[in-house]
Amino acid sequence: MAGDGLTISREEEEEEEERSLAPLPSSGRHHRRKSSASAASRDGFPNPAHVRHLSRTETERLASSQRELADSNSRIVFIGDPGGSDPRFETPRNSIRTAKYSPITFLPRNLFEQFRRLSYIYFLAIVILNQLPQLAVFGRGASALPLAFVLLVTAVKDAYEDWRRHRSDRIENNRAASVLDPQSGRFLSKRWKEVRVGEVLKVLANESIPCDMVLLATSDPTGVAYIQTINLDGESNLKTRYAKQETMSRPPGEDHPVDSAGVIRCEQPNRNIYGFLGNMEVDGKRVSLGPANIILRGCELKNTAWVIGVAVYTGSETKVMLNSSGAPSKRSRLETRMNRETLLLSAILIALCSVVAICNGIWLGNHSDDLELAQFFRKRDYSDGDDKKYNYSGIGTQVFFAFLMSVIVFQIMIPISLYISMELVRLGQAYFMVRDANLYDESSNSRFQCRALNINEDLGQIKYVFSDKTGTLTENKMEFQCASIRGVDYSGGRVSSRDNGEAHYILAAGKQILKPKMSVKTDPELVRLLKNKGDTEQGKRAREFFLALACCNTIVPLVVDTSDPKQKLIDYQGESPDEQALAYAAASYGFVLIERTSGHIIIDVLGNRQRYDVLGLHEFDSDRKRMSVIVCGPDKTINLFVKGADNSMFGIIQNKVDLSMIDATKANLHAYSSLGLRTLVVGMRELSRKEFEEWQSAYENANTSLMGRGKLLRAVASNVERELHILGASGIEDKLQEGVPEAIESMRQAGIKVWVLTGDKQETAISIGFSCKLLTEAMTQIVINCNSEESCRNKLQDAVAMYRKFAVISPDPFENALTGTGSTKVSMALIIDGISLVYILKTKLEEELFKVATACDVVLCCRVAPLQKAGIVSLIKSRTDDMTLAIGDGANDVSMIQTADVGIGISGQEGRQAVMASDFAMGQFRFLVPLLLVHGHWNYQRMAYMILYNFYRNAVFVFILFWYVLYTAYTLTTAITEWSTVLYSIVYTALPTIVVGVLDKDLSRKTLMKYPQLYRSGQRDERYNLKLFTLTMMDAVWQSVATFYIPYLAYRQSTVDVSSLGDLWILAVVILVNIHLATDVFRWYWITHVAVWGCIGATLICVIIIDCIWTLPGYWAIFKIMGTGLFWLCLLGVIVAGMLPHFSVKALKEYLMPSDIQIAREMDKFRRINAATMEIQMNRFSMLQL
Amino acid sequence: MIPTGDSTPETDGATERRKKSKKPNYSRFTQQELPACKPLLTPTIVISTFILIGVLFIPIGLASLSASGNVVEIVYRYDIDCIPQQSQDDKLAFIQSSVTNKTCTTTFNVPKNMKAPVHIYYELDNFYQNHRRYVKSRNDKQLRSKAYELETTNCAPEATTPDGSPIVPCGLIAWSLFNDTYSFATQSKVIEVNKKNIAWQSDKDHKFGSDVYPKNFQQGGLIGGAKLNESIPLSEQEDLIVWMRTAALPQFRKLYGRIERDLAANEQISVTIENNYNTYSFEGEKRLVLSTTSWIGGKNGFLGVAYLTIGSLCIFLAVAFIVLYLLKPRTLGDPSYLSWNRNPDGH
Repeated sequence: MAGDGLTISREEEEEEEERSLAPLPSSGRHHRRKSSASAASRDGFPNPAHVRHLSRTETERLASSQRELADSNSRIVFIGDPGGSDPRFETPRNSIRTAKYSPITFLPRNLFEQFRRLSYIYFLAIVILNQLPQLAVFGRGASALPLAFVLLVTAVKDAYEDWRRHRSDRIENNRAASVLDPQSGRFLSKRWKEVRVGEVLKVLANESIPCDMVLLATSDPTGVAYIQTINLDGESNLKTRYAKQETMSRPPGEDHPVDSAGVIRCEQPNRNIYGFLGNMEVDGKRVSLGPANIILRGCELKNTAWVIGVAVYTGSETKVMLNSSGAPSKRSRLETRMNRETLLLSAILIALCSVVAICNGIWLGNHSDDLELAQFFRKRDYSDGDDKKYNYSGIGTQVFFAFLMSVIVFQIMIPISLYISMELVRLGQAYFMVRDANLYDESSNSRFQCRALNINEDLGQIKYVFSDKTGTLTENKMEFQCASIRGVDYSGGRVSSRDNGEAHYILAAGKQILKPKMSVKTDPELVRLLKNKGDTEQGKRAREFFLALACCNTIVPLVVDTSDPKQKLIDYQGESPDEQALAYAAASYGFVLIERTSGHIIIDVLGNRQRYDVLGLHEFDSDRKRMSVIVCGPDKTINLFVKGADNSMFGIIQNKVDLSMIDATKANLHAYSSLGLRTLVVGMRELSRKEFEEWQSAYENANTSLMGRGKLLRAVASNVERELHILGASGIEDKLQEGVPEAIESMRQAGIKVWVLTGDKQETAISIGFSCKLLTEAMTQIVINCNSEESCRNKLQDAVAMYRKFAVISPDPFENALTGTGSTKVSMALIIDGISLVYILKTKLEEELFKVATACDVVLCCRVAPLQKAGIVSLIKSRTDDMTLAIGDGANDVSMIQTADVGIGISGQEGRQAVMASDFAMGQFRFLVPLLLVHGHWNYQRMAYMILYNFYRNAVFVFILFWYVLYTAYTLTTAITEWSTVLYSIVYTALPTIVVGVLDKDLSRKTLMKYPQLYRSGQRDERYNLKLFTLTMMDAVWQSVATFYIPYLAYRQSTVDVSSLGDLWILAVVILVNIHLATDVFRWYWITHVAVWGCIGATLICVIIIDCIWTLPGYWAIFKIMGTGLFWLCLLGVIVAGMLPHFSVKALKEYLMPSDIQIAREMDKFRRINAATMEIQMNRFSMLQL
Repeated sequence: MIPTGDSTPETDGATERRKKSKKPNYSRFTQQELPACKPLLTPTIVISTFILIGVLFIPIGLASLSASGNVVEIVYRYDIDCIPQQSQDDKLAFIQSSVTNKTCTTTFNVPKNMKAPVHIYYELDNFYQNHRRYVKSRNDKQLRSKAYELETTNCAPEATTPDGSPIVPCGLIAWSLFNDTYSFATQSKVIEVNKKNIAWQSDKDHKFGSDVYPKNFQQGGLIGGAKLNESIPLSEQEDLIVWMRTAALPQFRKLYGRIERDLAANEQISVTIENNYNTYSFEGEKRLVLSTTSWIGGKNGFLGVAYLTIGSLCIFLAVAFIVLYLLKPRTLGDPSYLSWNRNPDGH
């Protein structure tokens, strides 16, 4: 090893070690992904964290890592002796606590959490200011009310959520586990929360695993245990874990009382679910432990009667708990924009306050002599006879006080209620999104999930969609389609539509019927050939072909009960969907894999049960790109079966055989891959005794070797995998999800660019690109797959030159690309692979790539590593202002999902890892269309309007207060009672804006789906921008002028008192802002009517109640003033004069400069949109039906 | 609030899972398909709205203008006239002196017939009854009930006498009660001024207690205004009640009394004014106002003009929109106006 090891680079060692750690092949989809990652890592791309981590377990460095572990960084667990566990570190019990608060800590902690918002600090500061007697503008209670209200609403919401968490924690903590009692040596039942580190637990089949444990023994004599990790990473297939042979021999329990010899040293708790590092000392022997020896909390034990393990991480230290960090917190674009306007409003606020303070100073200066005696000022206090000043300390101080007081009075310029309204509106929007039947996926029985609640409106502004391929565009359900055996193509199965279940291979075992869970359409000719008992050479090869498919895999067959007691189904569990597809195909042709243990497999070959001993298995790796298995059949012949990628297989074939067969096979392979099928080549070789014995000794040597095991095994494999007979090739279809081409077309029309990022190879990616209509024949493809920086640069420069050339032909390629009407002009597609990206993303070429990529209509990135996906997303994010969305389903999409502005997880078969990281989760890719085009559009439109309206509404009120202050000698008197001031934004006007924010729809779902182009209004920021804000503020100023000055001029020189006029103003402004809202409502539901008119009614009632309180100066004022005609004339005049500009401008703009949305609204109303034409054709699209 | 994935479905059996479909129940509400009215600003609606407002506002404007025009109002500013010539240079000294004769008489001519009741107001200008220091300086509890006599919060600096006993009514507002008086006569015949029911009935009944009597009032170092008869309860002190209804604006009128008979045109009325109230220290103005009322209140043409303006503006806008719709016709909801249809080669 030593000499050999010197020549390989460090990265290669790491990569190899990653493989050697998993004793069984992690093949199929899994290896496709991993291989791309590790291929990239060799080229210098940063390794994902877990890969790097795993590398530390290299056996070469075992000694050093043990030293490392023995240091302070390790956890020491004494098996079966919880008390003796690491004395230095207190380990938690196994109880979990997802709840944030306890009844005692709720108040302080919740308040602390809430006050982390800067705006709340502002409001708190104002409340505190108001408590100073010098500055008390409002009554103390009144001033604290809005903040208290907002805090209360949030606290109630938090408390409810926390209560639910408490409840689920309690259920979880009280589940039963069986724990070994060291005294009696028996397993006793204990509650989960009482389990401690070091205790030995027994878990039975189908039970959940209570904590992270190191396996000691399993019911399987070889120490294998199967677990399902669906709750952990969402992968539904079974994974294998091993108990170490050293502990297998004497499992703790009744027979073998625990001895204190067992000590485990392992790393401190961390969140890496794919990594574990430790060693175990048993009987003075040191055994290393890896991720294959640990079973994690959250998993379920399957297909294994029982396992015994020792708890190493418990409770909050388990990997699943460390990983449940909740949804990432992102901030919506609109909210970021809103902060800019909030700053503007603060500037206006400060300006108003300064005006008041300065005018106050000037007034005091001008009247400084008069004020000694003025009855309304009383500068001096004569009551004590001496000449002290009453509440007056010089102009400077007065000006300062005036400034602070005006901040208090005008505080609602920054709308406190907006924050709470936004939360409520988002909650409502989330409710509708979750409940939308169009976003419900029947097949996975999953609803839409809103995991992040603060970026709903971002869905309406997406410009780039980055999509994963496998499991997102495609179903990740592989289906065997064609076989080529000895160069003869058998693809009749997919053409013939029959299949009356006869091909369904039924197998009688005793009285029971076993059948595979899924059947594959068979080619009749091939079936006939197989039934001919293999007399011909072709028939013999065909049998060997299917035998190879049935045994050369890592599939675990599970027998599942059905409703019919006589019938059982065989469910093939495996990590690779390709292997599953091949195994099902073999079963359909009569080669049914029935049983697998670690030493043998049982295959039903056309009705005969045959036992094959598995002598050796060479797992898949990304260098060989193939796997092989050595089996000893019933006739005692020893065969090597190999399956792998075409280019790797054709290099190791027996050259003597007829070339025409090889060529025919190659031709078939080409035909399959051009249909978008995934191809594999199968070969075999019969081993002679001598060859076998040579191999066996080498294999055993390699297996027992402590150092460089992976590399040695690989060498053994390469050594034996040679001189193969080619049996044939298979074509597997990677099925597209429903409605993907239509969804992509809709998004393209909506001006959303779809980029596909996949770990697949270039040909597969392109073929999928064609089948989902991302690519068309009319497109010019720019392919960049280079191996050096220099060639990448050249390619990119060529590409830039090309798009410049097109730019001359068609005037504006960027715009064309945006309008999506580019059917007449040349459109371009960029296809780039991961290796080129390695060269590009770390150099100055990034800028060039950005230019080319944004000029192209379609970008396909193949063979990209997870972190590269994130790199591509940030390529766009850092250079443009455009919103990005990433959608994916697997663990390899997590980084991309978290990087993008909006991350969407597909909650399909692959499951939770992506969903856990996402902001939204849904069942199907095609749901993206209703999500973005309908809900996104609505959310954006609603939220944008609500923010503007809230700014406007509070500004009108503040300006009215300001105008009045000008007539009170600048002393911050408010004519409107303090209670009305306080209630204005939280009661008088709050409900309608929330109702409108939740319910209003500018356009119907049908229209939005029919005209995806309407989505662009969000991309263009049409509903919320500085111009609209300015216009709204100008309107606010005008309306405040109308509201203030019409009554002012009408009541000048009259006997009106301050309370009556205040009542008129508050009623006028509330009605005015509600009417303003009413003119902007698109759709009037009965709820809207109730909210708007009810709010005006509620205001009147509140004002009346306030005026019925005799301790307030305004007692009975509302009744007095409502009895006069002048009041009603003023009210009517204010409303009409106030609304006139808004109404006229709106009417003019809608008529003369109608936006697309306006036209579509008119169409909505006047032209019945033909429902039939707009139904998006959801019929299953399949490449093969072409 | 949003379930982030339960673990229960996984633990259930497959059959149970099938039964437990999470498919959202259909309702028009959750699918956002509630019936709705979709108003649109069509030309008809826009034009009829403007015409409706115009048709409504112009008559109202005319009516209120005429109502305001029918109000007969006599305004007499007396704060300067009532200072004798020799004191004009130091009005403050004159008004503060307790020995000067502050009576002043004048006559004025009734321009038009004034139908009873003729309201008598005093009008103050530049007097900030809405000043922050002033408007808060009262205690409504004390005013209402004898039980709260000691309640003088907010009343500083007129809360208590130096020895600590409470001033009733306390506060700057009560302290600064207006104390000019007027009497009217025609040719030696006195015109009765009815000072009853000049305050709000609600104030008399509920806000000012009938068991609360003035106490220690106006005894401090500085006299702010009128003194109160300590034998009359506050609920009967209507001048005080009127004064305590603080005015909204610095120029305001307060009802002084009513003349319960018609005043004929060209009738000469002589007025005797006791000019006691000090507005000279802050350049305030005092006026005496005799006015009839109409449904719209006093004489104020503003609202009529405003209504006429708005009304005619609306009519103008209606015409303008009609012209616009005729000159630039546009079929509503025509898909060819959509931006991507309008300009297929991009914008």
